[in-house]
Amino acid sequence: MAIPSRHRSLTLFAAALAAQILLLAVQIRRGQQVRPIRVWAIESVSPLGRGAAWSVDGVRGLWNNYVALRHLREENDQLRTEMGALRMRNAQLESRAAEADRLAGLLGFRDAHTEVQMIAARVIGASPDPSSHMVFISRGSRDGVKRDMGVITPEGVVGKVFAVYPDTSQVLLLTDKESGVGALLGTSRAQGPVRGSGEPLLALEYISNDVKVEQGEKILTSGQDRIFPKDLPVGTVMQVQPDHRSPFQKISVQPSARLDGLEEVLVLMTRQEFNFRKDADKSAPLPLGPKPEAPLVSSKPASPLAAPKPAAAVTAPKPVASIIPSKPPVPATPPKPAAAPTQPKAEAPATPSTPDTPDAPETPNP
Amino acid sequence: MEIHAQYDQHIEVHKYYAGAIFGVVVLALALEALLPVYFRWAAILELPLLVTIYFGLSRRNPSTGLLLGMAIGLAQDSLGHTPFGMYGIAKTVVGFVASSFGSRIDVEHPISRFMLTFVFFHLQNAVLVLTNRILLGQHEPYLETRLVIASVVNSAAAVIFFARWYKLRKPS
Repeated sequence: MAIPSRHRSLTLFAAALAAQILLLAVQIRRGQQVRPIRVWAIESVSPLGRGAAWSVDGVRGLWNNYVALRHLREENDQLRTEMGALRMRNAQLESRAAEADRLAGLLGFRDAHTEVQMIAARVIGASPDPSSHMVFISRGSRDGVKRDMGVITPEGVVGKVFAVYPDTSQVLLLTDKESGVGALLGTSRAQGPVRGSGEPLLALEYISNDVKVEQGEKILTSGQDRIFPKDLPVGTVMQVQPDHRSPFQKISVQPSARLDGLEEVLVLMTRQEFNFRKDADKSAPLPLGPKPEAPLVSSKPASPLAAPKPAAAVTAPKPVASIIPSKPPVPATPPKPAAAPTQPKAEAPATPSTPDTPDAPETPNP
Repeated sequence: MEIHAQYDQHIEVHKYYAGAIFGVVVLALALEALLPVYFRWAAILELPLLVTIYFGLSRRNPSTGLLLGMAIGLAQDSLGHTPFGMYGIAKTVVGFVASSFGSRIDVEHPISRFMLTFVFFHLQNAVLVLTNRILLGQHEPYLETRLVIASVVNSAAAVIFFARWYKLRKPS
């Protein structure tokens, strides 16, 4: 029986559906899949899959290793530029933070010592002469700064005002050869001048060989120079060498203040004597027996302590002699080592004899 | 008869090289299996269905349409995990209906292609759901958001692909 052509497709459709439904039914009934057909189909397609994977990996590798790296150099340069800018910005921020810390330290120091009138100043320049250790600060005579005023930081003594101009001042640093400050050892309270040597380290002079000086010992201002208050940190003993040809030790001192990196300082606006560490003075031992001031006061009228008007030192022509002598004074009597602990310097070498006072204007080497 | 002749003049039957059909079918099945490995969004494409619809609409021969649909469906079953015949039945129905429609309406316009593909997509899914429910006893939901999105995406893809596959025709 022939199927009409118009029904041929319908018949075929029904047969195809029936065959597949039967196939499904068989699978369901037996509970198993037509595995050989699947294996055959998958094995036929898997080479395509492997080829596709190989192609995709190749394209990916080409893209990632070549095409995508086309602008890598430009990007690298850009990133380097950005990194440089960020580093610069970071350095600026760190610098500002450090400046804020320093200013906070200065402010705190000033607030803690309200009895001392002081003004903050910024270091605006240094001496062009490498052999001289001077800096310019942003305060001058219009701010009330006068010559020989002390300059400090919270860490310690910096130096003193050497020259005053209307809006700036020149500060002679402690490390300058012509600079010095009256000082004492923190433990033994033995006094002697600390002078600059042109090197980073200072020298504490006229400390008798009999005085026990420890490395690391603190050195404080003695207050005898009437420039710096008493007990202000000057430095730390770095090296002690007894000198057998001399009655005094060679003591190298590391300045407490960072003189090579000054940015802000405090100018002491008064030269009146005051007790900087009242509480510390009460508790500090005085191993020398009598008060330190007592033996240091020279009977000579040229002694700066005896000078009634410290301001007269301003007229001193030579700053080196304004605080300390350039050579140790010859004692009236030879120094007695045994007596050194109590009276270490017979002629008060630790006393900053200021020849620039009216009484001793031009005698730096008595 | 005269009207029917004029109608036949407008409805053009296209011929294709057998190798081209085979190549497109294999390529569609391979891409269906491989593309989702590298592009997850490609899983939404039903390339074997698009091939079935395209050749069904173009050849306008229900017998060849249903046979091609059956072959593609069974091949798809063999590559998947569904029971052998699930997609075979669905694509047999789609191939038969598509080739039957192709001999009666104009399927060259993009909008009609979009609409037909949309309908055939849901027809295939309806057959799959019915087969699942009746023969396998599995109650799968029919209308899901993902299915609607997939039907729209595949319809849009059909408009694009069908315009490209035009070049596979034999020159008349």
